[in-house]
Amino acid sequence: MLPVITGFVDELRRSGVPVSMVEAIDAMKAVEAIDLSERVALRETLRATLVKNLRHERAFDTAFDVYFSTVPALAEEDADSLDQAQPGGEVSDPESGAQAPAFDLEALVDSLLEALEGLDAEALRRGARDAVDNLAGMEPGRPVGGTYYLYRTLRRLDMDDLEEQLTEALLADNDLTEFERRLLEEEIETRLEMLRREIEEEIRRRLVADRGRDAVARTLRRPLAEDVDLMHATRAELAEMEAAIGPLTRKLAARLARRRKRRTGRLDFRRTVRRSLATGGVPVDPQFRYPRPHRPEVWLLCDISGSMATFSRFTLQFTHAMSTHFSRLRTFAFVDTVDEVTEFFGPGVDFGSAVDRITTEAEVVWLDGHSDYGNSLETFYSRYGRQMTSRTTVIITGDARNNYRPARDSALSEVARAARAVIWLNPEPHAYWDTGDSAMSHYARHCTSVHEVRTLRQLEEFVENLTLPSARPLQNA
Amino acid sequence: MHFDSPEAVSAALKSAQYLPDARISQVVFLADRLSKPVLVEGPAGVGKTELAKTMAIVTGRDLIRLQCYEGLDEAKALYEWNYKKQLLRIQSDVDHDWDTISHDIFSEEFLLTRPLLAAIRSPDPVVLLIDEVDRVEIETEALLLEILSDFQVSIPELGTMVAATQPLVFLTSNNTRELSEALKRRCLFLHIDYPDPEREEEILAARVPGLAEHLASQVAKVARSIRGLDLKKAPSISETIDWARTLLALSIEQVDEEVLGDTLHVLLKYQTDIEKAAKELTSSGR
Ligand SMILES: Nc1ncnc2c1ncn2[C@@H]1O[C@H](COP(=O)(O)OP(=O)(O)OP(=O)(O)O)[C@@H](O)[C@H]1O
Ligand SMILES: [Mg+2]
Repeated sequence: MLPVITGFVDELRRSGVPVSMVEAIDAMKAVEAIDLSERVALRETLRATLVKNLRHERAFDTAFDVYFSTVPALAEEDADSLDQAQPGGEVSDPESGAQAPAFDLEALVDSLLEALEGLDAEALRRGARDAVDNLAGMEPGRPVGGTYYLYRTLRRLDMDDLEEQLTEALLADNDLTEFERRLLEEEIETRLEMLRREIEEEIRRRLVADRGRDAVARTLRRPLAEDVDLMHATRAELAEMEAAIGPLTRKLAARLARRRKRRTGRLDFRRTVRRSLATGGVPVDPQFRYPRPHRPEVWLLCDISGSMATFSRFTLQFTHAMSTHFSRLRTFAFVDTVDEVTEFFGPGVDFGSAVDRITTEAEVVWLDGHSDYGNSLETFYSRYGRQMTSRTTVIITGDARNNYRPARDSALSEVARAARAVIWLNPEPHAYWDTGDSAMSHYARHCTSVHEVRTLRQLEEFVENLTLPSARPLQNA
Repeated sequence: MHFDSPEAVSAALKSAQYLPDARISQVVFLADRLSKPVLVEGPAGVGKTELAKTMAIVTGRDLIRLQCYEGLDEAKALYEWNYKKQLLRIQSDVDHDWDTISHDIFSEEFLLTRPLLAAIRSPDPVVLLIDEVDRVEIETEALLLEILSDFQVSIPELGTMVAATQPLVFLTSNNTRELSEALKRRCLFLHIDYPDPEREEEILAARVPGLAEHLASQVAKVARSIRGLDLKKAPSISETIDWARTLLALSIEQVDEEVLGDTLHVLLKYQTDIEKAAKELTSSGR
């Protein structure tokens, strides 16, 4: 058993999931305490010991499917044979040779329908195996991915037809209201998804038998949510990242407040003595003085032009989450001019409608709708500059691609003078800065710091390492 | 006494009206076997706290609960000297020298035991629930870490106290803050998500006696449907339970558009969510 677990841990690490030595040892120990023929038990045991972050579960599931694809088939055999899945292994059951009965598609569809109708997992698995045997047309050694075989199988099964037949079977009576129809559709969708997953797993199992675990795992590796490029993230990837935003903004809020928290406060001598008068001079109730947290003021200035579409959705999401932590957060959006959008993010506003309002109501286009950082910054400073204080931190997000217009960066130097700090987050790789129409270094010299933030991981690092010049103390508080 | 198998855990939990899925019973089984704390994470109202409480019931152990909040410190989590009592003792004693007195005032009598110490000192094994651990500051987390690694504390004046029995420890988190890697390494990780309709139906059957099977199935499916929408706050299990109770109280036998419109506010808390769900659900998907 040991080697396969070690291999699995290595694969997790190769896909970016951090697994410490201690956790790997814990997994080994835990595995000794369970029934190895139970696939679910094995999966959940490894998950609980090796993966401590929800964002890494997808990578875990993929790797598990590859490394333990043979577990249910081996149920009665010695668990050590798990280590034997190597390239060139036997693909399917030995009987499927010349004596195999002729394949009957209609019979297969009927049995699948029956399994789906009665939610019979075992029958579904058998059906999926049958379907892959006869419809996927898998050829050993052929360098195509599992997706190719999956679609081939699904097409030959005719999923649309299956859906129709299943609907008919589950339809209790014919005149459903819209509402009932919706619930039914969702139920059918879930069941068909189960079938799809069974088929996918079966194909994966055979690929592993054909090419070996490592090779299959390599083709299936995807970047973790924290390493996906924010500029080119898919919708599903964005959704995955969004889950991480809440905790992150909370941490940022704490960093910006810079509450230098000591374990206990300093003794407040005067108040302690005053209190002790009530107890005959015995200081029964010592009073402490706690350092007061800063009340940071954050202004976010976001480029929401077309080149930034995905990234700005992400930053706005970040903004939205921030607004729950900062009473004094102001948000501004710009393309070629700037407008304040703070009120669109008021407490309790739903994110979608905030974005809708920004795109329809905010006046961020003045001329032609192409980014103009110079004009935006000048307008920003002349309109709002006077309201900045030595406690204001300005965070600018954008690629600094100015469409070859003059940089006009003097406004930014004024902003830097007025504010506590100016931080620039650029979603482009550092190597692209100042190439083409990027004017990054013109702006960078006025900033307190500039960061490449292409991924969630980089954003996390930025938040983690953030230190700001302390605000000039107003009075000694 | 240990559980023989995950199935035994599952059966025990079910007998106390808690419906686990395979993942939950597997992780609890391991926690019991390997004496490791479990970090339970997930959205609000999916049964994180309830799991610890139910485990206390089914094992017949006492539940010791440390509710976390911002600003929780050692004095409230572990122990504290009762300095008022100490001062009064010093005040009232003029006959003894300082050595005697100081020996005296740092004794059991003046010790205020807080949940973590209580769990360590308990002569019988307990279930220790450290609820909403993501609310404490990172410094306090370090304190927890120390205790969870070897179940002992040292009190300078009294010496080291080692746990006499192994507590079953649950930490819960809503993930409002990333917990430290060190803490996570110590724990088994259990993410609980909203249940699928089949399990939610079973939960309803257990928690809402008298609810017709057909209605339970509808409630569970509506809950799944609503959770698929992009809402500010998705309905939790306790909210589906409330909704089912409401339907039962109103003698409703069938959920339709009208019932939905009249009772959605039990399931959803925000007006914008209610409007969105009403609109979405009463028009066919796709
Ligand atoms: N698996 C379950 N079986 C039976 N009832 C459940 C289950 N899960 C949740 N419940 C019900 O949901 C209620 C809410 O659960 P609980 O308070 O444990 O949620 P939680 O996850 O701790 O939420 P929060 O994050 O808000 O603290 C429970 O009181 C119980 O009635
Ligand atoms: Mg709770």
